[in-house]
Amino acid sequence: MPQFEPVLLANVGKPESHTLKVYESTGGYTGLKKVLKQMAPVQAIEMVKSSNLRGRGGAGFPTGLKWSFLPKDHPGPIYMCINADESEPGTFNNRILMEDDPHQVIEGIIVGCYATKATTAYLYIRVEYPRSYKRLQMAIDECYAKGYLGKNILGADFSLDIFLHRGAAAYICGEETGLIESLEGKRAWPRIKPPFPAVEGVFRKPTVVNNIETMACVTQIARRGVDWFKSIGVPSDPNNPRDPGSYGPKLYCLSGHINQPGCYEAPLGITCRQLIEEYGGGVWKGRKGKAAIPGGISMGLLTEAEFDTPLDFAGPGKVGCLGLGTAAVVVMDETTSMIDFLHNSCRFFSHESCGQCTPCREGTHWSLSMLERIKAGKGRLRDLDLLLEIGDTIGIIPGTTICGLSDGAAWPIKNAIRKFRGEFEEYIKRTNPTGHLETKAVPALPILAGAH
Amino acid sequence: MPTVLVDGQEIELAAGEKLNGIQVAARAGVEIPHYCWHPGLTVVASCRMCLVETGTRNAETGAITMLPKLSPACQTPATNNSVFVTGSAKVIQARAMVEEDLLIDHPIDCPICDKAGECLLQDYHFQHGQAERRADLRPFTRRRREMGDTVTLFVDRCVMCTRCVRFTREISGASELMVINRGSHEEIDVFPGYPLANKLSGNVVDLCPVGALGDKDFLYQQRVWFMKKHPGICTGCSTGCSITVEENQDHVYRLKPRTNMHVNEWWMCDEGRYGYHHVHHENRLTEPWVKSARGPAPSAESRDKKVPDTFSKVEWSALLDAMDSRLRKTQRLAAILSPHLTVEEAYLLAKYCRSIDGNAWIAMGHVPMFGEDQVFAKGFTVRAEKCPNRRGVEEVVAHFMGRVPKWEDALAAIESGEVQAAWFSGGYKKSDWNDENVAARCQGLATLIVQDMFRSPLYDQADYQLPGAAFAEREGSYVNCKDRLHSVVWAVRPPVGVRTEASLYWQLLGMPGMYRSRRVLDEIAGEILYFNAAGGPIPPTGVDLKVNLLAGASA
Repeated sequence: MPQFEPVLLANVGKPESHTLKVYESTGGYTGLKKVLKQMAPVQAIEMVKSSNLRGRGGAGFPTGLKWSFLPKDHPGPIYMCINADESEPGTFNNRILMEDDPHQVIEGIIVGCYATKATTAYLYIRVEYPRSYKRLQMAIDECYAKGYLGKNILGADFSLDIFLHRGAAAYICGEETGLIESLEGKRAWPRIKPPFPAVEGVFRKPTVVNNIETMACVTQIARRGVDWFKSIGVPSDPNNPRDPGSYGPKLYCLSGHINQPGCYEAPLGITCRQLIEEYGGGVWKGRKGKAAIPGGISMGLLTEAEFDTPLDFAGPGKVGCLGLGTAAVVVMDETTSMIDFLHNSCRFFSHESCGQCTPCREGTHWSLSMLERIKAGKGRLRDLDLLLEIGDTIGIIPGTTICGLSDGAAWPIKNAIRKFRGEFEEYIKRTNPTGHLETKAVPALPILAGAH
Repeated sequence: MPTVLVDGQEIELAAGEKLNGIQVAARAGVEIPHYCWHPGLTVVASCRMCLVETGTRNAETGAITMLPKLSPACQTPATNNSVFVTGSAKVIQARAMVEEDLLIDHPIDCPICDKAGECLLQDYHFQHGQAERRADLRPFTRRRREMGDTVTLFVDRCVMCTRCVRFTREISGASELMVINRGSHEEIDVFPGYPLANKLSGNVVDLCPVGALGDKDFLYQQRVWFMKKHPGICTGCSTGCSITVEENQDHVYRLKPRTNMHVNEWWMCDEGRYGYHHVHHENRLTEPWVKSARGPAPSAESRDKKVPDTFSKVEWSALLDAMDSRLRKTQRLAAILSPHLTVEEAYLLAKYCRSIDGNAWIAMGHVPMFGEDQVFAKGFTVRAEKCPNRRGVEEVVAHFMGRVPKWEDALAAIESGEVQAAWFSGGYKKSDWNDENVAARCQGLATLIVQDMFRSPLYDQADYQLPGAAFAEREGSYVNCKDRLHSVVWAVRPPVGVRTEASLYWQLLGMPGMYRSRRVLDEIAGEILYFNAAGGPIPPTGVDLKVNLLAGASA
C-alpha cells in the first residue's frame, strides 16, 4: 500500500466514527472554532480561495471563486445547497463520508455558511442512501445539542440551520439547478443560465451549491491551513495563469474488474495505473486491463495505453476525456466488450435525460436504439458515424443543450467509438455481414427503476 | 442609441427597449425558427431550434468576438453591440439536427392531421431539415387523449415545447397541464380528475406549434389551406378581442385570436372562440314577413285563445317603399339601437328615423349582462357585458338625444302612447331579453319593426319582421369598453334572403350605390366629437378614441 496518510478518510473504519464524541476526540470542530474566533467571513472566503480548492462534484470549479460570486451586502437570505445526490455511476465517495464521518462534512458546511453568510443550508441527499440519511440526521441532532448548529453558534454572531432533503431518485437532480428546482418541489429541469445560482438560486435567492467532499476539504483546510493543503497535489501550470492547479487530497472510487475495489484517498495527480496497481491490487483474475473510466461514466474512456494519465483536473482532458469528474475509476479487463459498455452507457443516459432539450432527449434515445440494434447483430458501419455525429453535436460545449448531462452522454460514445473503432467495425461485420437492416424487434431489456 | 448587429445589418434599438435575439432578427427581416419561445410566455430555451452564433463587437475597435458555442436566440438579450449570426454553416447544421431529432418519434401523420398546412414542424422541416431520414426507429403509433371538454391531445405528435403547460400556469392560472415521465417518454397530461377546464383553454391549441393539441370544435372540419382569413372583432363581450374569422365558401369554421397588444395580446376566451355557431344556426331568420291582418286582442277570459295574426312573405324590393311610407304617416317614431350594431349602422338608423320625424326617440337597446367580469392571472378579462358596441351606440344616441335613454325609457314612452311606431334592431345571439312582458307593453304600437336573427315574442307580433345579419356578415366599427374603435369588413355573406342592417338603412336613406362603411364613418367623425379620431386611417389594432378626445378638448 502507498505511503499517503489519509486525511479525509482518517476516521473511516474506526469504531463509532460517525459520532460526535469520536470526531471531537480526533480534533473535530477545532477548525470551525478557529474560523469563528479568528476570521471575518471575507477572510474565510479568502482562505478557501487561496487554497485553490476546486469543487469535487465533477466540474472542478474553484470553490472560493464560486463563493465570491455571491452579491455583496445582500440583505439575504443566502442559501447553501449541499449536493449529496451522488448518482454518477461508479461513484461512492460521498456515501463513505456521510456514513462514516458525517461530522467532517457538517463542520465544512458550517464554515462554508459562515464564509458565505448563509443562514440556511439544504443538504439534498438521494433517496437510495438511507444509511447516510440516518447518520447525517443523527450528526445534525448532535450538533444542535452541542451548539454547533442553531442560534449564535459557539457564541458568535452567526446562526445556521441545516435541513436534509431526500431526492426521489433522478440523476438530473445532481445538476445544480436541477437540484434547486427539485428542492423547490418542482420537476428537476435544469434552469437556463444566466442567472447563475449565485445570483438567483433556491427560491430565487443567492445560493451556493457544493459537493459533500468539497465541504470535507473545507473542514481540513480550516483545521490544517492553506499551506498544508497546497503541499499536496499538482501545482498550477506556470504557463497558464488561469490554471488553478489540482491541490489537495482526493477520494478515488475504484471499481470494476479489480482485485480490491474501494474508496481510496490519494493526492491529486496520481496516475490511473498507480491507482489500479498500488491501491486496487491490479486487474482481477490475472487479466490485463483494456480500458478504464477516469471519473464516472460521463467522463469517457481511457485505453490501457493511456493508464499513465495523471488523474488530476487537467489530466484526463489531455487524452480526449471530458475531465476528472468524480474521480470514480471503473476498470474493464481485456474480455470486456466495448459494445456492451457503450450500450449500457447509452441506456443509462437515455433513461436519465430529463427530456427538456430536444437534442439530448432525442439524441440519447436514438443512440440507445442504435446500440440495441448493433448489439442484436443488425448494425451497419454507417451507424458508427451517426453515433459520432450525435456525440459531437449534443451537449453544453457545442451549446445545444441547457445542462451538461448530454456532454456526459456524448463522451462515452465519442471515446468508445474513436478509441475502439476496430472492435466496433469487426463486431458489425461479423454479426451483420450483409449490412442489411431488418426492422426486427430487438429483445426488450428489463425496465430500469430509479437512478443508477 | 443601442445598436445590434444581425447578419451584418445594423439594427438600432430604442432606449430601454428589451428584445431577444429572435425579436431583433425579425426587425432585420430574418426569421429565426423557434418552437418553445412565445412572446407571451416565459423563456425556457429548451427546443433549441433558435440556436444562433452570438458575440460582441468592441465599441472602440469594432473588432467582433464570437462565442465558440451556439446560443439560443430566445435567451440571448440584444444589448448594445450584440452580434447575431443566423445563417452560418454551424447554425444550419444545428437546425437540421433539431429537426431530425423532433421527427425521430413523430408519427408523421400529416395527411390526417388538423395542423397540416399551418404546422411549424412541417414548415421548419421543409426549410431547415434534411431530405433523408437517417433514423430507422419505428415511430410510436398515434395515441389520442382527452385534455378536457374543448381540447384533445395527439400524444405522439408533441415536440415538448411546453408552451401549453406554461400558458395554463402563467396566463390562465389554473395549471391543469403538466409534463409526465422523463426523457423521450415525456408526455403532456392532466392530473386524473382535473381536466383542462378554464375559459381560456382554447388558446393552448393556437399555441401548439404542431398538431398535438387539437380543438374539438374544429377537429376534422376543414383543411386549413381551404380557409380564407378575415381580420375581425369578437362580439362576444365588450372587451372586443381582435380575431381572425376563418371561413370557406361563406361558412365560418373557426375564430382565432389576432395579436393586438392594446386589447387581447395573443389570447381570446372560449366563449368568444366557440361563439360563432349561431351564424349558421338552422333557426336563423332568412326572409322578411309583413303582418297582413292583426288578430283581435285576447279578452280577459280567453287569454290563451288568441287568434293569431296573419303574415305574408314579401320581397325586399316591395317592402322598403311600403315600410317607408307607412313610417312617414306616423306621428312619433322611436328607434331602439342594439349594442350589437356597428357605429355606422346605429348612426344610419338614427339618422333615418330623424329624417322622418325630427323629434324621433333614439334609445339605447338592451345591454345583455351575464355574471361578473372575470380577470385572469396576467390581466386578460372576460366581461359580463355581452355585446361589442355599447360605448359606440351610446355616443350615437347621445349625439341625437343629448342624453342616453335606456331602452326601458323608450318602452315606457311606447306604453304611454307617446310613440306610435318603433324600430327594434337586434343582432343578439339570444333574444331572451324581449319576453312576453315586453311584447305586451308594445301592443299599442301602430307600427312595429323588428330586425333580428332569431324569433322572439316581440318579433312575433311585429308588423315588419326583418331578418338581421350576424357579426361575421357586418361591416363597420365597434367601440370596446375602453373606448377603442376597431373597423372590420365582412367575412362571409349573409344567408340568402338576409340583408345586413347597414345596407338596408343605406338604401332607406336613399344613398347612392352600395353601403360603404368608410364613408359613413367619415361623416360620423366629422359630426360627433367623440369619434373625431376615427376620421383618420384605422390601423388593424384600432384607435383609442379617448386619448384623441382629450387631446382634441385641450386644443
